Amino acid sequence: MERIPILQMGEFLLVTIQVDMHDQLALTLQEDLTDRISHTSAQGVLIDISALDMVDSFIGRMIASISGLSRIMDAETMVVGMQPAVAITLVELGLTLPGVSTALNVERGMQVLRQRVSRK
Amino acid sequence: MAALHGSTSEAIKNNQAQLQKEWLSGLETNGATRNIKEQVLAQETREFLQLLVEGLLSEGGSNLAATGWEGVRRFLEKLSVSRAQLGHDSHQAVYFIFALKGPLFGLLQSHFSDEPARLAEQLWAISELIDGMGMHTIRTFQKTREDVIKRQQEELLELSTPVVKLWDGVLALPLIGTLDSQRSQTVMESLLQRIVDTGSEIAIIDITGVPTVDTLVAQHLLKTVTAIRLMGADCIISGVRPQIAQTIVHLGLDLGTLTTKSNLADALKLALARLGGDIGKQV
Repeated sequence: MERIPILQMGEFLLVTIQVDMHDQLALTLQEDLTDRISHTSAQGVLIDISALDMVDSFIGRMIASISGLSRIMDAETMVVGMQPAVAITLVELGLTLPGVSTALNVERGMQVLRQRVSRK
Repeated sequence: MAALHGSTSEAIKNNQAQLQKEWLSGLETNGATRNIKEQVLAQETREFLQLLVEGLLSEGGSNLAATGWEGVRRFLEKLSVSRAQLGHDSHQAVYFIFALKGPLFGLLQSHFSDEPARLAEQLWAISELIDGMGMHTIRTFQKTREDVIKRQQEELLELSTPVVKLWDGVLALPLIGTLDSQRSQTVMESLLQRIVDTGSEIAIIDITGVPTVDTLVAQHLLKTVTAIRLMGADCIISGVRPQIAQTIVHLGLDLGTLTTKSNLADALKLALARLGGDIGKQV
């Protein structure tokens, strides 16, 4: 079964979505990620969606819930690299993802995560 | 529809040079030659007369939609497009064709001088043919002009949404004029694209030039701001005039977490402060 890889970088986890997200894949990712967070006690999670050029309401909600649940597990979460078309679609769908932290790219996201973790 | 007699076509064919000379002088006196080189005009008239003769010989009728007139139609279309691009008005473009009427009538008159009935019939046929050509020219001319206007409208839409780089990591979008749905869509798309291209962290939308802010405009602004935030950048709205602030409050619009500043300078200052830089007078 195809899975989205979750990479560990020091105290952070990096999730790069390179394929078209379908519903089952999103659910699997949700499970895998929570497992990995509890296993590695990661401080932060970075979700890179720069390769994602199409979203529907389900995937939009998935992004929000993934970031919500990793926050509950005490890992700061950032969604980085959202494409303009994706952002416009989400806004038109009314999914404004309140409470989700965003950054322009992985580098900036990592920088912000480091700041937040060191402040803790 | 009156048919053209064979001898009329023959007469035109045999007197092309004469017709062209008279035609050119007719064009000259009426000012339809403005900005067109003499050589080009001579070439055009010669070509047209040849096509006319070809059409007359193959078709004979004065129905311009027939296949025999294909060459003439093509020529007229090309002609009116070039005239439209030269900036001539419709009158000048169509006069090119109508100026041929005089010489043709003169020719027919001398050709059929002893047959008045035939002369009247042939005059009518030629007149109908020339009128049809004139109409065709006008139609193409108008279509070309409309295309030009449409292209300009699109360009105007593009021009009205310039995204400028104010500072390293700071983009500004000065909005001028009323925001409608189509325009705000273009604005949103070009701004988001520029944010990705330049990797800017802060975008300032300046609404000094927006005359009124109603619920629709406010909604568009909010959408843009939310999309920018989703992409991981920040947005500041600047240039909120007192009247606009009053309208927003009176309409009961909730601008939520939107950062607003009264002018662009303050917005830039805030943006720089957020980026960790500072700007001020040197002491």
